[in-house]
Amino acid sequence: MTDTPEVFELLTFRLADQDYAVDIMSVREIRGWTTTTPLPHAPSHMKGVINLRGTVLPVMDLADRLGLPPRGQNDRNVIVVVTHADTMTGLLVDAVSDIITLAESDMQAPPEMATGPGTAVVRNLSLIEDRMIRILDLPAVIARPEVSAA
Amino acid sequence: MNTPADPMAEIRASFFVECEELLEALQDGLQTISDGPEDAESIHVVFRAVHSIKGGAGAFGLEALVHFAHRFENILDDVRNGRMGVDAAALKVFFQATDHLADLVAACRDETPPPQARTEELLIDLDALLGADSPEKTPAPAQISFEPTPVSLPFDLSDDLPPLPPLDAPAVQEPSATSRGFDILFTPNADLFETGSEPALLFECLAELGNLTVDCDTSKLPVLQQLSPETPMISWSLSLETTAELAEVASIFEFVEGLCTLAIMQRTAPDPEADVTPSPEQPLVAQTDLAVEDISAIAPAQKAVSTPAPKSVVRVDLDRIERLVNLVGELVINQAMLSQSLETSGLSPHSDAMNGLEEFQRLTRDIQDSVMMIRAQPVKSLFQRMARIVREASFAVGKDVRLVTEGDSTEVDKTVIERLADPLTHMIRNAVDHGLEDVATREKMGKDPQGQVRLTAAHRSGRVIIEVSDDGAGIDRAHVLKTAQAKGLIAADAMLSDPEIDNLLFLPGFSTVTEVSDLSGRGVGMDVVRTEIQSLGGRVTIHSDPGVGTRFSISLPLTLAVLDGMIVEVAGQTLVLPLNLVIETLTLAKKDVQSVRPGHPVIEVRGTFVPVIDLGLQLGYRAAATDFEGTAALLIRDEDGTRAALIIDDILDQRQVVIKGLNDGFYRAPGVAAATILGDGQIALILEPSDIMNQAFKTAGTPPPSALAPPPAEGLHP
Amino acid sequence: MSLHILAVDDSRTMRDMIRHALTPEGFTVTTADDGMHGIEVLNGIAPDAIITDINMPRMDGFGFIDAVREQEKHRATPILVLTTEAAPELKARARKAGATGWVVKPFDPVKLIKALHMVAG
Repeated sequence: MTDTPEVFELLTFRLADQDYAVDIMSVREIRGWTTTTPLPHAPSHMKGVINLRGTVLPVMDLADRLGLPPRGQNDRNVIVVVTHADTMTGLLVDAVSDIITLAESDMQAPPEMATGPGTAVVRNLSLIEDRMIRILDLPAVIARPEVSAA
Repeated sequence: MNTPADPMAEIRASFFVECEELLEALQDGLQTISDGPEDAESIHVVFRAVHSIKGGAGAFGLEALVHFAHRFENILDDVRNGRMGVDAAALKVFFQATDHLADLVAACRDETPPPQARTEELLIDLDALLGADSPEKTPAPAQISFEPTPVSLPFDLSDDLPPLPPLDAPAVQEPSATSRGFDILFTPNADLFETGSEPALLFECLAELGNLTVDCDTSKLPVLQQLSPETPMISWSLSLETTAELAEVASIFEFVEGLCTLAIMQRTAPDPEADVTPSPEQPLVAQTDLAVEDISAIAPAQKAVSTPAPKSVVRVDLDRIERLVNLVGELVINQAMLSQSLETSGLSPHSDAMNGLEEFQRLTRDIQDSVMMIRAQPVKSLFQRMARIVREASFAVGKDVRLVTEGDSTEVDKTVIERLADPLTHMIRNAVDHGLEDVATREKMGKDPQGQVRLTAAHRSGRVIIEVSDDGAGIDRAHVLKTAQAKGLIAADAMLSDPEIDNLLFLPGFSTVTEVSDLSGRGVGMDVVRTEIQSLGGRVTIHSDPGVGTRFSISLPLTLAVLDGMIVEVAGQTLVLPLNLVIETLTLAKKDVQSVRPGHPVIEVRGTFVPVIDLGLQLGYRAAATDFEGTAALLIRDEDGTRAALIIDDILDQRQVVIKGLNDGFYRAPGVAAATILGDGQIALILEPSDIMNQAFKTAGTPPPSALAPPPAEGLHP
Repeated sequence: MSLHILAVDDSRTMRDMIRHALTPEGFTVTTADDGMHGIEVLNGIAPDAIITDINMPRMDGFGFIDAVREQEKHRATPILVLTTEAAPELKARARKAGATGWVVKPFDPVKLIKALHMVAG
């Protein structure tokens, strides 16, 4: 993992009434929900692929990936397009909230506790206006579980 | 790629590209010489190729390359001039030298250490050829020293030219900047003017060195009526005050040496220690006509040869073509979108808009074809690389092998050619190592002791077929079967047909060689070959006749970017199947579908039973259909000849689609080859029917036409 | 003074090198791929000097010089021969064919320019 800079910007968004954030530097764009083309035999969190101006973009249902309860689609759902290791992935989230700036001291590592699909991918926690922001470890989110285990 | 600010880097890169072409010409030339009666032009081509490589290498100071090319060139020069004959032994060394030259070029290009030991070995071999052919008469050119002068550009040239190194004149040690005087007597001969020399320009150059006074002696001029303008009747006496040294003054007359009477005298220098300076009366440089050998017999000899004029070519950076290909891909998609929206807008098919659209479609397709042509290259360079593999492989295992190539002008996408090199290398090595019997066995079988490997390329129904075949023993099926059973790859009691046994070679982890041979071992199996070819959108099949030989057939799409597809709908999803595999479309009636046992439907197509695959079920889109009444099906057959009927809901269209690759991050399931973007902007998956069939037979346990599940292709790259 | 040079060489690398050596110095450079091509190109231009390689396909340097000299308007056009060896007999041969001078390959750009000035001004 790279060194954490002194201050950095995060894009925050909501998933099942929880607040999450990713490093804004990895965000390429945010676009509205469109129908995906499902991939046969893919894990349930892979929603499928969409056409992003001529390239094929895989879209991941982030809530499903994090083990949050399934819920219906609505118009506010957006796809956050992120890049990691030269690969673009779309993350389906409920709604984008804000862009925040945090210092390193504003963040703390998640406490060692019950493991689940959601915890291994949360890198840091922060508290803003009494709301807990879960800062995601993007590579861990995107990695194929089988691949990373191998 | 390179910044335009560095022209040398560009020229250097272009030199290595040129080297590839020259090496190809060299190989070709040697092959022509080896195939037929010696012809003069091939020898010249071969010579020139080596000569040009040396020339360019010299310019970049690539000494290892220059050194070897120079010695190679000398021998070829002897061949060219008839001082040496070419026999099979010589050709063998020439081929090896060519291979080595290619290695040296690669080493220089990649800035890796040149294989020096091999250079020395080959130089000994080359020298031995000379020795054998012309015992003591090692010709003069070998002695000529050829010193590369690295050129650095862009150079900074001020108005004053730096002093030249001494040319033919004796070196003058004096580095003094003192001024000295020269008296020059210069009388041109008639032939000076025949070579386009101009005395006035020489004087201008002299004047640049210092103070020049020119006196013209016209006393020998005849009266005007007898004047022949180009018969020189004039002498000049010149006086030059300069800081330049004698050598530099003399160098100005370098080109007219022998074409004039010239005397350059340095006046007694002001500094007393100038003991190198002879007395004023004694000419330092005095040239008379050189003996000039008659070359008229040599020059015209090369003139009569007529080869086709080289086509005019433009070199383009591959990135630019790549961009163009992508843009055309977008154009095709956009055109499809436009067509779709116009068609649904209710316009009359005879309206101007619809007619215009038709024209637009035609143009789009033409542009697409033309763009794809840009990337197409003959497979010749690839085949030449394989010729080398055969030479090396046959040498390593001590077999006598001839490579026969066919169709090397067949054009294939450049990327395909590059990515075929590894799989083909492996297949060629396999053919030499395992396919062909050793000489003794061949003789015992009454076969030609020289084994043959054939490498052919051809266009066939919109695809490229590349075949590697040998006239060896064929696949030892009993052995293959035993090995597969021993390794637990198949059940001990499995009953396999001959083609099925042959296909076991493609199983991951299969290797029939008990001790890993020098050549085809290296832990690479045919499964890797198959995977690599599948990732190119291709398929490989195997055909073997005991005692007669083995043939591998690779079928590839013409280009990686487009596919002639059949667009179908299954469970609300749009899918694309390669059109070339669809033999016919069927509409099923309930009675057509039989069941071998529950869940294993087959249909009868003209007397044979064909397994039915429900695509919707196979791809996990829906539960198994229970009633096939009235449903559509596609009868497909892959290159192996494996057939199946794929149940679909509807056929939507037949057209070219632009292939978009799917990498590992997409959880690409077996059977999904790639994706494409449809006219409505939606993405449709492109299926690989062979994988679908294998997958279906595996999961269903249907008695399969092939018991094999090839590994999923690792990414399809357009 | 801008001199127009025709450079004839079958090696692209050499043509590129000549062009890159001469163009920044104010020369105008036209290139041809071999002797035959050189003659074709020469129909459309009037160079101040010609640089030619010797070993070329279709028509070699000697043949090319012959053909150039046969043309009335090019009887006096300066021609420099590019040769890999400084051997006297090669120079003599080039001279006999009608070449004005020679430059040894790999050439030193400074020498090449100097040689061009010597023969073409």
